[in-house]
Amino acid sequence: MKLTVWTYEGPPHVGAMRVATAMKGLHYVLHAPQGDTYADLLFTMIERRDHRPPVSYTTFQARDLGADTAHLFRDALQAAHARFQPEAIIVGASCTAELIQDDPGGLAESLGLPIPVIPLDLPSYQRKENFGADETFHAICRALARPMARTDRPSCNLLGPTALGFRHRDDVAEVAGLLEDMGIAVNLIAPLGARPSDIARMGAAHFNVMLYPETAESACRWAERALGQPYTRTIPIGAGATRDFLAEVARLSGLPVRADESRLRLPWWSSSVDSTYLTGKRVFIFGDATHALAAARIARDEIGFEVVGLGAYNREYARPLRAAAAAMGLEALVTDDYLEVEAAIAALQPELILGTQMERHIGKRLGIPCAVISAPVHVQDFPARTSPQMGFEGANVIFDTWVHPLVMGLEEHLLTMFREDFEFADAAGPSHHGALAPETVAAPAPSAPAAQAGPGTVIWLDEAETELRKVPFFVRGKARRNTEAFAAERGVAAISVETLYEAKAHYAR
Amino acid sequence: MTELAPLPAGPGCTDAPVLRERGQREVFCGLTGIVWLHRKMPDSFFLVVGSRTCAHLLQSAAGVMIFAQPRFGTAILEEKDLAGLADAHAELDREVDRLLTRRPDIRRLFLVGSCPSEVIKLDLARAAERLSVQHGPQVEVLNYSGSGIETTFTEGEDACLAAMVPGLAPTEARNLMVVGALPDVVEDQMLALLARLGIGPVQVLPSRRAEAAPEVGPNTVVALVQPFLGTTAAALERRGARVLQMPFPFGEEGTTAWLAAIAAEWGVDAATFAAATDAPRARARKAVAAATATLAGKSIFFLPDSQLELPLARFLTRECGMTAIEIGTPYLHAGLMAPELALLSPGPTISEGQDVELQLDRVRAARPDLTVCGLGLANPLEAEGLATKWAIELVFTPVHFYDQAGDLAQLFARPLRRRAAVRFGTEARP
Repeated sequence: MKLTVWTYEGPPHVGAMRVATAMKGLHYVLHAPQGDTYADLLFTMIERRDHRPPVSYTTFQARDLGADTAHLFRDALQAAHARFQPEAIIVGASCTAELIQDDPGGLAESLGLPIPVIPLDLPSYQRKENFGADETFHAICRALARPMARTDRPSCNLLGPTALGFRHRDDVAEVAGLLEDMGIAVNLIAPLGARPSDIARMGAAHFNVMLYPETAESACRWAERALGQPYTRTIPIGAGATRDFLAEVARLSGLPVRADESRLRLPWWSSSVDSTYLTGKRVFIFGDATHALAAARIARDEIGFEVVGLGAYNREYARPLRAAAAAMGLEALVTDDYLEVEAAIAALQPELILGTQMERHIGKRLGIPCAVISAPVHVQDFPARTSPQMGFEGANVIFDTWVHPLVMGLEEHLLTMFREDFEFADAAGPSHHGALAPETVAAPAPSAPAAQAGPGTVIWLDEAETELRKVPFFVRGKARRNTEAFAAERGVAAISVETLYEAKAHYAR
Repeated sequence: MTELAPLPAGPGCTDAPVLRERGQREVFCGLTGIVWLHRKMPDSFFLVVGSRTCAHLLQSAAGVMIFAQPRFGTAILEEKDLAGLADAHAELDREVDRLLTRRPDIRRLFLVGSCPSEVIKLDLARAAERLSVQHGPQVEVLNYSGSGIETTFTEGEDACLAAMVPGLAPTEARNLMVVGALPDVVEDQMLALLARLGIGPVQVLPSRRAEAAPEVGPNTVVALVQPFLGTTAAALERRGARVLQMPFPFGEEGTTAWLAAIAAEWGVDAATFAAATDAPRARARKAVAAATATLAGKSIFFLPDSQLELPLARFLTRECGMTAIEIGTPYLHAGLMAPELALLSPGPTISEGQDVELQLDRVRAARPDLTVCGLGLANPLEAEGLATKWAIELVFTPVHFYDQAGDLAQLFARPLRRRAAVRFGTEARP
């Protein structure tokens, strides 16, 4: 038993729903009690889908448990087949149905429907959402795809995009464009937008592009064995990774790299002088392992940030993450406990968080700016405009997205210059954010009287407090905490102006 | 100012046939009530004993994660808990210890059963007794089930309040107990209205603080503010209390009828009643009238959700001039709903339970001007050109009593006004 307040991943059947909802002509019959239909709203509200997920829930109740729940499943399956006329059906159980052991796969087989019925085995009490998506997609491919003659032209499949994925819609379009520039046709995009009959043509491609290991690695590995298709390992997020990806595609396809880099602006945006102010900004990175790893490389190599923390919530990819963190002199944080992540961020006091919607909430509370790089995400992270993470345009989008929460370079310079001008209120925050000054920074409890300081707390002498207020708002919180930590370490009970500047020198980089 | 629709000549919908359906239900389970109950009772913690699905539901229903450490959480069952129930109890004790150490401010702990804990027959009543001995008297440990196999959405609140009834202190005194979780601001308005009528003492269930829990006995009169509290009402009757039957306090008419029933019980004279209610009644009618221009003559279809459907249909048809096509409710409590049914003009289909596909077929055939439904259905129906109102807002938003009557009407008017307001340059909608 493990106490959880907020979760990064849902249960595995929600992963199966992400696959089913992404596809067309596929239906999911889920043995589940009343209430499990809440998952529909993830798709219709958060992703603004205009169709219900193609899922029929058996909706068994307590009074059914004593009698026969199996017939509810059979009825729901037959009704779903008759009403929706899908090309194929996946069947499975949610956590409660797993306990009553009705065997949806066996029941479905006994009905002898005239279409493929694919049973899913998703252990609800051991695994989570990404596993569910990965395993479901794998099961569908295994059931429907067979070896076949390759297309005449070099071609590939784009595998992994699902419903509720972070920017999957736009990543697919961007990567398809890159491949087209090289003269490679896209044979199949799946699960997103694919029909079961399209999956049957999977074997015609020369190789597979694994867009998201979290949801496609099992399918890619299976296709390598069963269909003889090699697959790409590089995830094209960032300028460097996109170039590496194209080189890998060239190796697999035997075609030369042909890339239109005129669209790639990140390198110049990062090299232009305004970006000088990004140098060494301390960032904390957390998300799914794929996006966290990609973000770490971009942050360090392409933007010039200092990565002070790196972590992921999916243990499946702990090994590469630990290796990447070690290469940066860090210890990776692999956890799905939100409180642990919050504690790590609070301790590290980064200047920017790159995370999920959970870290956005942490950032809000701690007064630290945050940009979202990975699922789970909320409704605002499904933008109307095209906004990929992958490819050259993805690199441009990432530069803009990450820099936006920060104070602009030139503005940072001006703030420092004018901060003592009596007409200037620096607590207003970055000029492009409206009234967003984080409370913790804007109102730094300057009047906390010394009498209130408990044992072991350091107090601020008046002139030190005044001096602290001269520090620009966006680093004031950090200066306060650093100075307090510095004083505490040295057993200094009262912080003077001297202590403030000693601490500044201590933490200088 | 709008006139109320005339009262039905006969018994209204009292004897109307009820369409009972059974199939896929597109509703939340009772765990969802935790989202508002934990706000109402800030000294309480709700510990769901369940699966990752339960945690994910609460997170999704709560929308955003505003609190670093909310006063609810899920003890997620793992493989080893399923293997041996003895171990599950030991694990639960350990998690509760840890929780109460971290949160010394907690006075009431609710162990909330879920579908998986019910199916494996994890006895949370026994666990609550054991933990009460261990952590009492400063922490009272209670249990109820919010599982989807037993409770639909608002029935979770009913189960929670019913679980508190056996622990209420006995009294012989005559008192009024108002039952149902209201937002604090609305509760204060209600208490002020009752005070102006000279009615008292008044106590509420649930109380904001554990130490302010109401007392119950043979002279207790119970007034429900929510229509879904049948189990709690029955539990209070078993403690000797008498439960009043009256319309629920939605809209000007419902609020007045609700207050009048209590006033009659306390023998409040007509002049006092008029003095206390005339001004807010006029205010409420004026506020509702502002939305009536949008709502009058429009048709509405309720999918089953919160059991608020019948009282709301009564408000919308009688005070806002709407026509109800179908009023779906997850469960129809004949006793508690009798006063509401009597006020409803015959005509609408009244349905209980759900087969969502069949019901959506009826929605598509009727093409109502407004469909009240859950979040999972709203956008898909909008995409079919049907205006919708999210049912969940009706339980998350202050909607009771006079001064919220206008807000309640506006909740239904807003989707219609929005549809009339936006234009994209062609006749066709997106």
